[in-house]
Amino acid sequence: MASKTININLKIWRQKNANAKGSMETYKLDNVSTDSSFLEMLDQLNEQLINERQEPIAFDHDCREGICGMCSLFINGEAHGPDRAVTTCQLHMRKFKDGETIYVEPWRAKAFPVIKDLVVDRSAFDRIQQAGGFVSVNTSGRTMDANAIPIPKHDADKAFEAAACIGCGACVASCVNASAMLFVSAKVSQMALLPQGKVEAKERVLNMVRTMDEEGFGNCTNTGACAVECPKEISLDNIARMNREFLKAAVTSEA
Amino acid sequence: MSILDSKIPEGHISKKWTDYKDHLKLVAPNNRPKIDVIVVGTGLAGSSAAASLGEMGYNVKAFCFQDSPRRAHSIAAQGGINAAKNYQNDGDSIFRLFYDTIKGGDYRAREANVHRLAEVSGNIIDQCVAQGVPFAREYGGLLDNRSFGGTQVQRTFYAAGQTGQQLLLGAYSALSRQIGLGRVKMYNRHEMLDIVKVDGKARGIIARNLVTGEIERHSAHAVIIASGGYGNVYFLSTNAMGSNVTAAWKIHKQGALFANPCFVQIHPTCIPVHGTNQAKLTLMSESLRNSGRIWVPKKKEDAEAIRAGKLKPTAIAEDDRDYFLERRYPAFGNLVPRDVASRAAKERCDAGYGIEANDTNEGVYLDFSSEIKSKGKQSAFAAGNHNPSEEEIITLGKKWVESKYGNLFQMYEKITDENPYETPMKIYPAVHYTMGGVWVDYNLQSTIPGCFVAGEANFSDHGANRLGASALMQGLADGYFVLPYTVSDYLANEIRTGAIATDSPEFDAAEQRVNDQINKFLNNNGTKSVDYYHKKLGLIMWNKVGMGRNEQGLKEAIAEIAQLKEEFHQNVYVPGTANEMNPQLEKAMRVADFIELGQLMAIDALQRKESCGGHFREEYQDAEGETLRDDENFKFVGAWEYKGDDINNEELHKEALNYEFIKIAARNYK
Repeated sequence: MASKTININLKIWRQKNANAKGSMETYKLDNVSTDSSFLEMLDQLNEQLINERQEPIAFDHDCREGICGMCSLFINGEAHGPDRAVTTCQLHMRKFKDGETIYVEPWRAKAFPVIKDLVVDRSAFDRIQQAGGFVSVNTSGRTMDANAIPIPKHDADKAFEAAACIGCGACVASCVNASAMLFVSAKVSQMALLPQGKVEAKERVLNMVRTMDEEGFGNCTNTGACAVECPKEISLDNIARMNREFLKAAVTSEA
Repeated sequence: MSILDSKIPEGHISKKWTDYKDHLKLVAPNNRPKIDVIVVGTGLAGSSAAASLGEMGYNVKAFCFQDSPRRAHSIAAQGGINAAKNYQNDGDSIFRLFYDTIKGGDYRAREANVHRLAEVSGNIIDQCVAQGVPFAREYGGLLDNRSFGGTQVQRTFYAAGQTGQQLLLGAYSALSRQIGLGRVKMYNRHEMLDIVKVDGKARGIIARNLVTGEIERHSAHAVIIASGGYGNVYFLSTNAMGSNVTAAWKIHKQGALFANPCFVQIHPTCIPVHGTNQAKLTLMSESLRNSGRIWVPKKKEDAEAIRAGKLKPTAIAEDDRDYFLERRYPAFGNLVPRDVASRAAKERCDAGYGIEANDTNEGVYLDFSSEIKSKGKQSAFAAGNHNPSEEEIITLGKKWVESKYGNLFQMYEKITDENPYETPMKIYPAVHYTMGGVWVDYNLQSTIPGCFVAGEANFSDHGANRLGASALMQGLADGYFVLPYTVSDYLANEIRTGAIATDSPEFDAAEQRVNDQINKFLNNNGTKSVDYYHKKLGLIMWNKVGMGRNEQGLKEAIAEIAQLKEEFHQNVYVPGTANEMNPQLEKAMRVADFIELGQLMAIDALQRKESCGGHFREEYQDAEGETLRDDENFKFVGAWEYKGDDINNEELHKEALNYEFIKIAARNYK
């Protein structure tokens, strides 16, 4: 693993706050280790900006190991940048060339307004979860023994694959319609695949889809960009499953 | 008489919690909506507590600094969660989990708390399954288990290498349900910056809205701190970038004692440091030690050749490899507890056998080739092929490994650009978890009445070393199954109090403290960034209050940190303003607290003239380099009381540890 350094040019979206008009600004950064992650590169740029008495760039990040879903960034026109199955914190500078110009923008979607620079408001996702992304069981611990209901391994594995969604919003940012179908369908699928979730399956899918529409996410037109850019490789099958669940719920709904 | 009353109930260890719980005071359902509870932090402990208390009917306000409660760092826990279910029929029991945890903690944890933890462990799994947490299952449809360090049973439940994520999303779903029902009000992107006490009791917090910069007052009848650990005092750790000690440290400054700050877990299997611009270290789950074997070359010249890039590890013959954990600890082998494994790796690297070509040559191998062969053969037989070729075995073996650890292997490859299916992983210890924390009694209440502390933020369950897969267990136990009872008992005396006003002199004073600190930083006009000082602090801590500690180094650290504190406050430069999103300001406030805590950690480590668990004082070791505990003089919890700006003045209070139900012995994994 020969470590080397590269010099890069950056075009980064700067926006003072939600109401301000933003623009792309140009920066030059030298001596970036190819072993650095993309966010470590931004740390390095911020250190340079602070030393030059300029305002550092605000960006969301936390765990830096690809699981919290806090980091975002549209890099060279792709959510989480050019690598596959990674978040921006797992993207490394070895994916870029010496002298390259890199474009960095926030997620763009009506339902994800910009707060500052590269930071957006994704609380719409929380509100969709609050509408039905749960099993209505109390937290007493007095349920039934965990092994009382055997669940076929295949179903448990499929539910896990759907549950691996980190809620980062790359699917929305990548979609021409800014649709949240992949995100919502992952949660609906996880629950629909498990006996514990089946009881409320109907209410869940109707409530979550309704909230998704109210939050201003667009419709799904099956372009599949979401699944390509998803850092956790959440499958399009989930959208198909949610459509079936939704149809089933809608035609049998009492309202 | 010490000011520490642990309030451990009388009776046999197996009955204490049940009897105690039966006699705690209750708050009637019609009174609960009149009572406000604040929960700071939304990891496993915080979100489970907020969900449970909201569901009971209390008026809950929950706070997290991230953009959503689902991001809390519990999400990054990989390997699993322990529970004494004995589904594998290998002799597990509540007592055994209790015993393993006390022993694993090197006899520095409180018996009663740990037993309670083991008692409720089974309920956690029941609860999570009922919530739809997709744990790994066997082909028969029942839950699968694996082993973790420091145990000889299989009691760890898991969801691939993403157990923390699945458990946190389970707790987040319970919390979301309560938010949706209006019983919990969630404050995302808010940071608690002080606690408010009225007549000695916790009555609220001061929080900063991280989007607008607004300073807010929130009152409550009880405050729960579940803000996680303080590993980021080392700058480089496996913690999330935002993980910080501020909430815990602020309550410490207002009267909560801070216990065993020097007890830090250095996790043996992390990806080694690569360069000076690195911001974070990445853990490779302990579960990998179920399948991976740790080694370095037997010959120094081989290690040198590897570091120089002239030799590949796969070219080193079996006889020329030193599987040093298997050699030193045959009974537990690669699954010794974390502190033991970390020290053994350090010992080999210090002796010149390290394999990583970084500044310090620090790295050892974690090798999966034996497991790939054995599981590949097993898979072939299971599929009816009783005469598999070498190639078939390897292919099937890799597939098996992928099904167990796929996401970890992918994570490793993305970071290092090396394929761990083909070549062994390179790993080295890194700061991971802090056993120390705010001192709490049996009720998880701090020395400030009405201020409770849960999860990693408290000190109570893991002694001097936490066993793998026990942090998730503790977080959920505290939040789901302990606090709802003990907080209600406290609140039973508050039903006549009425709403707490926020226009009191106490709130004024607390807000003033916060504003003063913010203004000081923004007007400081120094020359160096916050990170510059944080990195300096981290280096002092890692070199002198890290895996090996000695009297001289600790004394130097105390003086150096005092000096650093002065420089930091004089010369730090914080750009931007108070009334906007300002990540540098957030960091400055956190680092100010880390610096003070770092000094207290060194003071605590100096005071503890023994080696136990993760606290290794080089002066106190046996001929084989194992820890030498001093039960006669140090069988106590060291809880520090804040005495003003100079941390050297903190006063030590001792809580004696009594082992009534476990025979205290030298820890032996040989």
